[in-house]
Amino acid sequence: MAAFAGYDMPISYPTGALEEHALTRRSVGLFDIDHMGQFEISGPSAEAFVSRMVSARISDLNVPMSRYSLLLNEDGCVLDDLFVYRLPESWWIVVNASNRESDLAWFRSRAIEGVTIEDKSDETYMIAVQGPRAIELLDAVATLPVSAAERFGWCKTEIGGVPILFGRTGYTGEDGGELFFPVEKALFLWEYLLAKGIELGIETKAIGLAARDSLRFEAGMPLHGHEISASINALDAGFKWACDFSKDFIGKAALEAVAARGPDRKLVGLDVSGGVPREGYEVADVQGRVVGRCVAGMFCPSVKKYAANAFVEPVLAVPGTALKVLVRGQPKDAMVVKRPLYIPAYRR
Amino acid sequence: MSVDAKARYAQSHEYARQEADLVVVGISDHAQDELGDIVFIELKEAGKKLEKGQVFGTIESVKAASDLYMPLSGSIAEVNDSLQADPALVNREPYSAGWMIKIKPDNAKDLEALMEAKAYASLVGEE
Repeated sequence: MAAFAGYDMPISYPTGALEEHALTRRSVGLFDIDHMGQFEISGPSAEAFVSRMVSARISDLNVPMSRYSLLLNEDGCVLDDLFVYRLPESWWIVVNASNRESDLAWFRSRAIEGVTIEDKSDETYMIAVQGPRAIELLDAVATLPVSAAERFGWCKTEIGGVPILFGRTGYTGEDGGELFFPVEKALFLWEYLLAKGIELGIETKAIGLAARDSLRFEAGMPLHGHEISASINALDAGFKWACDFSKDFIGKAALEAVAARGPDRKLVGLDVSGGVPREGYEVADVQGRVVGRCVAGMFCPSVKKYAANAFVEPVLAVPGTALKVLVRGQPKDAMVVKRPLYIPAYRR
Repeated sequence: MSVDAKARYAQSHEYARQEADLVVVGISDHAQDELGDIVFIELKEAGKKLEKGQVFGTIESVKAASDLYMPLSGSIAEVNDSLQADPALVNREPYSAGWMIKIKPDNAKDLEALMEAKAYASLVGEE
């Protein structure tokens, strides 16, 4: 178990991290992600407010869709990454656990007339159901099929009598979705889905934090505090695609200045030989000069590589560039590789 | 978790088991379980002479890296090369296929300074 943002969370279940990773890639993994925060923003000015607060375009976000976005400060640095759901009467914002309080304070401090911001985190539970057979499992148990939702779409349904908001998204690179439902039904729904998996012959197991991290890492998804943070601007982190420069948003001016002068550093993937790279390890060029630092690193079970994400000087951020990672002080060969290492199932 | 009754144990969870004139060294079942899935093992080369307590390698699990310590002084006579391709052998068979190095001890009597299986079992809360 590990303490995380006030929650006690399992690093792995008795299944073991590597098998949990493999199982999510071949069948269905269940993720207890109640630690995620949810805000509901409503009122006549809600759309204008949300649009200014988040980096992504939301003007074309219609019911029943959702979109990935960043929450930036005035410097264009990343306070958090989040999902914005367009609900019929409101905007449903899903944020990271460790930033829930500060995000809420940020939204409230910038609130304008005609906007109501409610923190729904305590009454809302979240379970992610991920894997190539996740939709099959959910369709079999839901009153209305979740397959009706397209990628990044959402729908309302019921599972085992529990009302569910289903978003077809996730953090693994596999198909599946995230379920939002009343907190008091958490244990029931968790056990219900595991039991239905057995009954239907669809291998379904609980997945811990270690596998959640290796799944997201392989699929090229950022983890706040690592690939993105309040000291990393959105362009250095490679998130220009999540910023709509045709609208006004907090951090836009700073990012335009970064774009004009060129980034100071770039996020790259590194394929390392002869050791396991980890967060904090220094990256050097072949002459031994330190040129960056790993923000995450691990063994990647599906692609069978020891890999890191690191920020390096832009001239070195070219796939094929030979570098070194100092693994516990020892320089190990590393090669800049294209991210993601694992192409998400829905992008193939 | 199992304890190999024929082996002796270091506080740092390495086992040492006499086989002919060599001592087979690995980590205990308890240690592999604590580490979790093992994904990488780096061992010093055969021929290397090391003192008791010196690092003979590094083991990396999904969680973290840990050093491996010589349970007694001697030279490394043999290294288990199959751990390069399949480090999880240490998880599956810590006392057999998952052995790490064989030491030619400077003094065979040094083995007696290590814990007996029974003492180690009670240290890690088995039995």
